Parts: sequence; C-alpha cells; structure tokens
Amino acid sequence: MSETGTFPVKRGLAEMMKGGVIMDVVNPEQAKIAEDAGAVAVMALERVPADIRKDGGVARMSDPEMIQGIQEICSIPVMAKARIGHFVEAQILQALDVDFIDESEVLTPADEAYHIDKMAFDVPFVCGATNLGEALRRISEGAAMIRSKGEAGTGNVVEAVRHLRSIIGDMKRLTQADEAELFGWAKELQAPLPLIQEIAETGTLPVPLFCAGGLATPADAALAMQLGADAVFVGSGIFKSDDPSPRAKAIVEATTHFRDADILAKVSRGLGAPMTGIGMDEVNVHYAERGW
Amino acid sequence: MTIGVLALQGAFAAHQQRFADLGIDAPAVRTAQELDGVDALVIPGGESTTMSHLMRTNQLFEPIAARIASGMPVFGTCAGMIMCASDVLDGRPDQRSFGAADLTVRRNGYGRQLASFEVDLDVKGLDSSFHAVFIRAPLAERVGPEVDVLAEHDGVPVLLRHGACTVASFHPELTRDARLHQLFVDSLPASR
Repeated sequence: MSETGTFPVKRGLAEMMKGGVIMDVVNPEQAKIAEDAGAVAVMALERVPADIRKDGGVARMSDPEMIQGIQEICSIPVMAKARIGHFVEAQILQALDVDFIDESEVLTPADEAYHIDKMAFDVPFVCGATNLGEALRRISEGAAMIRSKGEAGTGNVVEAVRHLRSIIGDMKRLTQADEAELFGWAKELQAPLPLIQEIAETGTLPVPLFCAGGLATPADAALAMQLGADAVFVGSGIFKSDDPSPRAKAIVEATTHFRDADILAKVSRGLGAPMTGIGMDEVNVHYAERGW
Repeated sequence: MTIGVLALQGAFAAHQQRFADLGIDAPAVRTAQELDGVDALVIPGGESTTMSHLMRTNQLFEPIAARIASGMPVFGTCAGMIMCASDVLDGRPDQRSFGAADLTVRRNGYGRQLASFEVDLDVKGLDSSFHAVFIRAPLAERVGPEVDVLAEHDGVPVLLRHGACTVASFHPELTRDARLHQLFVDSLPASR
C-alpha cells in the first residue's frame, strides 16, 4: 500500500530542487517576485538574516499567519525555519503543511545539546553544516537535505566556500581511505560508521548538498555550483539588493548555466548594487558556530 | 538515436544515471544547439514553473514545441508530465505546455509535500511491480481517447502514452530500477 513521510519521499523533494534557487521572502509580494523569477522554493520568514543580525535579540519561528499568506500566493514549495532543537516549532510548521522545515542556526537555538529528532516527522528537514561530521550527524537524525551554513546575512561568500570545500574535500579523502582508516574517520568526525563507509564507497552524501549563507551575486551562485553544490539558497542577497527582481532572475540563470562564463557575463550585467555585505572581522555573532 | 535530458533544473542527473545503467549515454540539453543534437528528449521532474520560466528565457520553448510537433519522442516525468500535457490546471497564468499528450493535469493535484507517497504499481509490459515515488505529483483528471494507460494508482492513470509521448506523474528516475527507461528506449523508432 502507499506510504507517506518515508525517507525516499522526503529526499525526493530535495532531489526536485536540484539546480535551483531557494529564496528567502518576508511577505507575499516578495514570494510572488521570487516565483516569477524562477525560484524552485521560497523560505518564508519574518526577517531576512541581515535584519536579524542588525536587530539582535531572540529570533524565533515566524507567525503562522505570515507563512499561510505566502502558501496562498505561491504554487512552489514553501519552507519555514524552526529553532535548533525546538521540536514544538517544528510540530507547528508540520501542522501548517509547509513543504520543508529548515532547522536553522539563523534563529536563536532552543537546545544546546540536541537537535530535533527529524525521524519523528513526516515533513522533510534541511539542516546546516560546516563540515562533514556535522552533516552526517544531521543525516543520522533524519535530515533529507544538507546545506553548507556559510555566514547568513553577511553577503560574504567566504564562509560558504570554506564549508563546502570542507564537506566535499573530506568526502574525496574518504574515498581514498582503507577499511581500517574509516574507523578513525568515524571517531574524528563524530559520525556514524555506516554513513562513513557509505561515503567511502559513493564519494557523495546520501542526500542532496545545497549551499547557503552569504551568496549575493550570480557569480556567487555559480561558484557554489562549480565547487559541487547541488543547488543554492539566497537569503538577504536578493531582497537586500537595490533591484531584487532582475537579480533574482540572474541568479536563477547563473545556477542553471553555472559553467558557461559567456552566459554568466551576460546575466551579471547592470543588476544595480548588491547588498553591501560585511567582512568576517566585523561579524559579531557567528551563526555557523550554532549547532552541535 | 541520441536521447537527451533537459537539464535546466531538477532531477536530470538521476535520469542520466538510469540511462547509464542501461549503457546509454544521455547528454544534457540546456540550449537550442544541444537540442539539435538529440533525437529524443526526457523532461525530468523538478519545479514546472521554474522549468517553464527557463525554457522561455533560454529560447527553448518554441524549438522543443516544433520538434515535438514533428514527431520527436519525449518522456516527461512529474514536472515533465505537466510540460507535456495539453491542459494544465492550477498552473501559473503564463505557464505553457507542449500538448504532446491529450490529457488534463492538475498541478500538485495530490496536495503538498505531506501528501507525497511511494507505492508499488502494476505496469503494462512489466513482469513484476514497479516501485514509484510521487512527489507533489500532478493528477491526471482527463485522459484523451487516444491515450494508452500503462499504469494506474487508486483508479487514476499515472503512466500514460500518447503516440511518441510517454508521461509519468511519479519519478522513475529516483528508484534504482531502469525498466521504465528501457520501455521508453524500446518505444523509439530506431530500435523497433
């Protein structure tokens, strides 16, 4: 008989978003702009990370009314964020019939020891990771998609690159390791041995690997894709820029044609100013350090 | 006979892998020039609004429509089924489809992600059942008289063929079972 909420069904939706752009939106108007620009999904939240960073204080799950307003206006999948470890926010988001939950370090963590038991849910989860061990711990908890964390709300791609390179680099090294070394890898990465053994065999994560955190230009999106990401999240980068709609469209084109420099040159022209962005030495709170 | 896989967005790599399982090299198609190099086309699962948008911005819609009109075999899965249908309900107003198969589909007709499911299907032409994964799947609400139904779920057609066009509302590319890809290959004129 038919089964819902299974791992293949959860991972299946992540597979369908490959090669696409997931955009942060804070209201139905932005959701419409994102869908019109060719987004594969939207992330519904009350404040983009750049504003959360500016405002400070505690950042929580968005108001259900706001999420439903976005679900009503767009036909593409709608994601929403829950705090790390806040399984009740996740229960509420599942009750709202969101398509994906992001257990996100951009919100203020609710639990300093445990992440959400994602196996207990029918809705799929995406989680951030800065390295392979973190990614595998999230997968063993039931995540159906991993995104490199980067440093959200900075408009600076350097951390996303660091995290992608770390995750993908360690997967390459695992394929070279012999059986005995895999035990050492499992210990060092604090990750389950069976997942380590699987990656040594396949060279890739058992779920799609997306890139997030600081992407602001078409070139940033293509960089993430060339480094080996399956798709990209763009948060503050679109709606904190001077002219969001053309930038959103250009990032969508760049993600499809990420190896074609002629097309990248064409779509990068005349987009107006990107979000200003901040250097890592000016960042006072490192969201990427949240999560365990 | 070269089978191309439309690679604007979605699960195109999974389709290429299924053909590779059969020993067939299926190149990616992202431009009109690449389309010229193929004899048949797979339109994969993904977001149909995104694919439709990218076909327009990449000047691919008209060339693909023209090739389909002149008989190019096409295999559409999920979003690809929506692209191949003659009528689309709950789509965007500017969403266009090729009308390769005479059927009416409702986008996300089964519901949002929580309604996504997996199930074993009996498929005409296969000896044993095929495990199918449905993700925010389109629902076939009307099937034209010339359309051949190859599989049903709960009385609704989910795998259909109309002439040179084969469509599935599920994702045969997501299971490690290339039999439906083999069925498509077997349907191509050169291999008859």
